[in-house]
Amino acid sequence: MSGGRAMLIMLERELRAEFRTRELLNTTIVFALIVVILFSFAFEPVSSEARRLGPGLLWIACLFAGSLMLNPTFAREQVNDTLSALRMAPVSGFAILAAKMIANFIFLSLAELILVPIFDVLYNVPLSAVTGRLALVMALGTAGLVITGTVFAALSARARMRELLLPLLLLPILAPLLIAAVGATASLFAEEPSLDRTWFTFLAGFDIVFLTASWLLADYLLEE
Amino acid sequence: MSSTRPPVGVLAPIGVAFDSVDKRYERLFALRQFSLNIAPGEFVALLGPNGAGKTTLLRMAALLAMPTAGKIRHTGERTGGSDVRRLVGMVAHHTLLYDELTAHENLSFFGKLYGLENLAARVESALADAGMASRSMSLVCTFSRGMRQRLSIARALLPSPRLLLLDEPATGLDRQGASWLAATLHRLRDAGCTIVMSTHRPGELLPLATRAVCLSGGGLQKDFRDPSEILAALSASQEGG
Repeated sequence: MSGGRAMLIMLERELRAEFRTRELLNTTIVFALIVVILFSFAFEPVSSEARRLGPGLLWIACLFAGSLMLNPTFAREQVNDTLSALRMAPVSGFAILAAKMIANFIFLSLAELILVPIFDVLYNVPLSAVTGRLALVMALGTAGLVITGTVFAALSARARMRELLLPLLLLPILAPLLIAAVGATASLFAEEPSLDRTWFTFLAGFDIVFLTASWLLADYLLEE
Repeated sequence: MSSTRPPVGVLAPIGVAFDSVDKRYERLFALRQFSLNIAPGEFVALLGPNGAGKTTLLRMAALLAMPTAGKIRHTGERTGGSDVRRLVGMVAHHTLLYDELTAHENLSFFGKLYGLENLAARVESALADAGMASRSMSLVCTFSRGMRQRLSIARALLPSPRLLLLDEPATGLDRQGASWLAATLHRLRDAGCTIVMSTHRPGELLPLATRAVCLSGGGLQKDFRDPSEILAALSASQEGG
């Protein structure tokens, strides 16, 4: 079986299971909203401050929500050792990882789809003129977050303190991604918005590098 | 239970050979200098106390764990060209099932991953054979331990494995379930499928074995090839454990 077909079969299972229970989605969305709302209470930003602080607050909310969501990615496979069943099946390790990456991307994007309009209202940042470009930046940033996060979730899944270990491993690695995503978003929140190509290219490069690394290391990552 | 049974692909069983295998978890040796050749078509019972290395051996045979030293080879006609994982089935300590999917969805999912043909019919047949047809659309999380175990066995048998690895397969099964398992293994053995099973209980399963291997402390203690000695071996291993 081709890796792509195996990946689609596993992706379908991930989506079916999540949309049946909605455990991850509900938790992630509520957590992200709480972070954004608390920040708005803490800073009470006027429009000019919102343009300056908004990108960082938005991405911090996404980053925290993402790291919360990524923890169960492989931990849930531990309950009945279903990861062993996947590893015994004639599919590549990267197909297993890729299915989880895409599922996580869909879940986090759905959370962001709810988060961004609420952020827009709370922080009074006019986003209508930059919707397409912001979606592109969010997609690249989210992809980087879930690619890296899924890899580190696989690494930390068998650790005893995995809930603590994942953020400790993940957040420092994601610092460059966060800086680039905030930089690219800030360029869209400016009075005269224009997408900063340097940050945008950095985001795309980050995604490609980590996706390639996960492809090369997938079988090793999933080994006992 | 229905008489409809999943097809058993036993035309070319495969064996597994352990050659001076060490498996170490940090400082603890689960297996040490372990050598064993299981020929295609054998039904081997693995006996021994807890911590003897039975589960490690089975997981290594399933390619789930790699040896720290030594070699493991799968032997037989079809191991050269195809992915050996396609030919190996396993019933493990855990059920290897998704709780949030139904019984039918679980089997269909794994059947698709193995690229099985006539999947719908095979899934229906496997569920009927395991006595799960009436609960096929129920979520696994609603099942009793015994029902999960039956479904776990059905999952392992679905791709018609040539090498079947069983780690305490009767766990949680009631008398009827144990009889079903014994009948299933009897059928597989007679059809030539290689079976490696760890067990603590003599019950109905051990008399099916054609060979008994006793493990102790990660090493091979005794190897009985005479079926009449197998029950005696179990008694000895239980005294040891």
